[in-house]
Amino acid sequence: MDIVPEITRRSITRLINDGKRSDGRAFDERRDIFIEPNVIEKAEGSARVKLGDTQVIVGVKPTIGEPFCDTPNLGVLMTNCELLPMAAPGFEPGPPSPESIELARVVDRGIRESELVDLEKLCIEEGKKVWMLFIDLHVIDYDGNLFDASNLAVMAALMNTKLPVAEYVDDEVVLSENETMDLPVRDKLALSTFVKIGNGLVLDPSLEEEEILDARITIGVTDEGNHICSMQKGGEAPLTRDEILDAVHMAFTTKDDLLSYLD
Amino acid sequence: MSNDKELRADGRAYDELRPIKIEAGVLKRADGSAYLEVGGNKILASVYGPRESYIRRLLKPNTGVIRVRYNMAPFSVDDRKRPGPDRRSTEISKIAADALRPALMLESFPRSMVDVSIEIIEAEGGTRCAGITAAAVALADAGIPMKDIVVGCAAGKVNDQIVVDLSEKEDKEGQADVPIAIMPRTGEITLLQADGNLTEEEFEEALDLAIEGCKKISELQHEALKARYSSE
Repeated sequence: MDIVPEITRRSITRLINDGKRSDGRAFDERRDIFIEPNVIEKAEGSARVKLGDTQVIVGVKPTIGEPFCDTPNLGVLMTNCELLPMAAPGFEPGPPSPESIELARVVDRGIRESELVDLEKLCIEEGKKVWMLFIDLHVIDYDGNLFDASNLAVMAALMNTKLPVAEYVDDEVVLSENETMDLPVRDKLALSTFVKIGNGLVLDPSLEEEEILDARITIGVTDEGNHICSMQKGGEAPLTRDEILDAVHMAFTTKDDLLSYLD
Repeated sequence: MSNDKELRADGRAYDELRPIKIEAGVLKRADGSAYLEVGGNKILASVYGPRESYIRRLLKPNTGVIRVRYNMAPFSVDDRKRPGPDRRSTEISKIAADALRPALMLESFPRSMVDVSIEIIEAEGGTRCAGITAAAVALADAGIPMKDIVVGCAAGKVNDQIVVDLSEKEDKEGQADVPIAIMPRTGEITLLQADGNLTEEEFEEALDLAIEGCKKISELQHEALKARYSSE
C-alpha cells in the first residue's frame, strides 16, 4: 500500500470528525454505481461493475464434476479473485496475495451463506454429477472498496447466468444444444463496507479513506430474507459494540437503494 | 494467389479486417491504458512507469527496461482457463516486450522500469497482436517517449487462401498463421511468428497482407489517441 502523507491523513480525519468527507458525500452515501451485465459472450454469466472509479469484471463458467461426498445432492460454487497488476501500482503478478484471498473468501461467504443460489437445482444426478460454478473476479481498477464492487458484480453475473439443460442418461451427462435454464437465484445479497476513521464510520470508502482506515467492517444482508449472512472485520484498530451496531443498522437502511441497481 | 475472391466463413473479403474499436485512457489508476475490441476479442492494456526498478536483476544502469505481462482471464475462453501464467502466456509476454521495446526511448530513464499489462478479457483469435496493439496505445497514453506506435496484425492460410486477421474459427481450422507487429513509420517488423505450412510465395503474400492490416489498424490507434486528448 502507498505511503500516505501525514497531512492528508490529518485533513481527512479532521473532516470526518467534523461530520464531512473529502469528496463531499454523506457518511452513509455510496459513490455512483454502474452495472453492465453480459459483457463476456463466452462466459455463461458475466458483469462489469463500476463503483466510483473502482472497476471489476466477473465471469461465471460452469463445468460438470463430482459432488463432495458429504453433499451428494448439491452443486458446487468456487470463487477466485485476481488483483490484476493493471489495477494499482502496488499490485504484483504472482501467487494470490492475502488481500486477494480475503476478498474472494468474503464475497464467496456472502453468496454461500445466504444460500441465494439453489444448489439442489444444480445437481444433475445425486452422488454422481453436479454443476460446478467457477466465479472469477477480475479487479481492473482499484479506487477503494473492492468488497462491495465485487459483490455487486458477482450478483449481477449470477442473475444473468444461463446453463445448458443437462440430463443424466446411461451413466453420462447429456447437454442440450439449444435449451438453457436460468441459474436458480432466489435471493439477492447486499454487501456494505464501512471504515472507521477518527470518530466516524463511513460507508463505501474511497481509496483515500481506505488507505488511512483504522478499522473496516463488511456486512452482507439478504434482500428477501432480510438477514445478516456474512461479516468481516479488518484493520488494526478495534471497533466498539455501538460502532458495529451502527454499521449493521446502516447496512439495512441502505440495502434497498443498493439492490435497486440489480433490477 | 488470392485471385479467387471467395468470401470467408464470416463473410469477410480476404483482405478485410474484423471490426475494431480502440479507446485510450480507460483506467484511472494506471499511468496509461487502452481498451481494444477486434471481432470477439476484448482486451485491456495498462502501463505503469517509468518507475524505479525494485527488481534488482532487471535493473540496467544505462537504460530503462520494459516488462510485459500477458494474461488471459479464466472466463475469456470456452473452457475455463486456469488462472496464472502458463508456458504460452509466458512466451507471449516475452515476445510482446520484444515487439514493443524497439519503439521506446528508454535510454532517458536509466535504472527504471515500465510495466505493461495485457489482459485478455475475452478471446476470439489473434489476441497477441491485438494485445500488442492495445499496449502500444497505452504506452502512448502514458506519455512514454516513443519513436513510433507499434501495431500488430496476423495473416494466415484458410481453405488454401491467404487471408488477413484470422478469426478464432479460421485459426483453428486454418492451415497457417503469421502474426506480426511493425513500426509503421519505417515499416520495420518487431514481431514475427509463423505456424502451419506455407509456400514461400504464400508466406510473402501473408506478410504483405499482415503489414497492410497493421497500417490500417495504425490509423485507428492514432484516432483513439487524438480522441482521448481532444476531449480534455
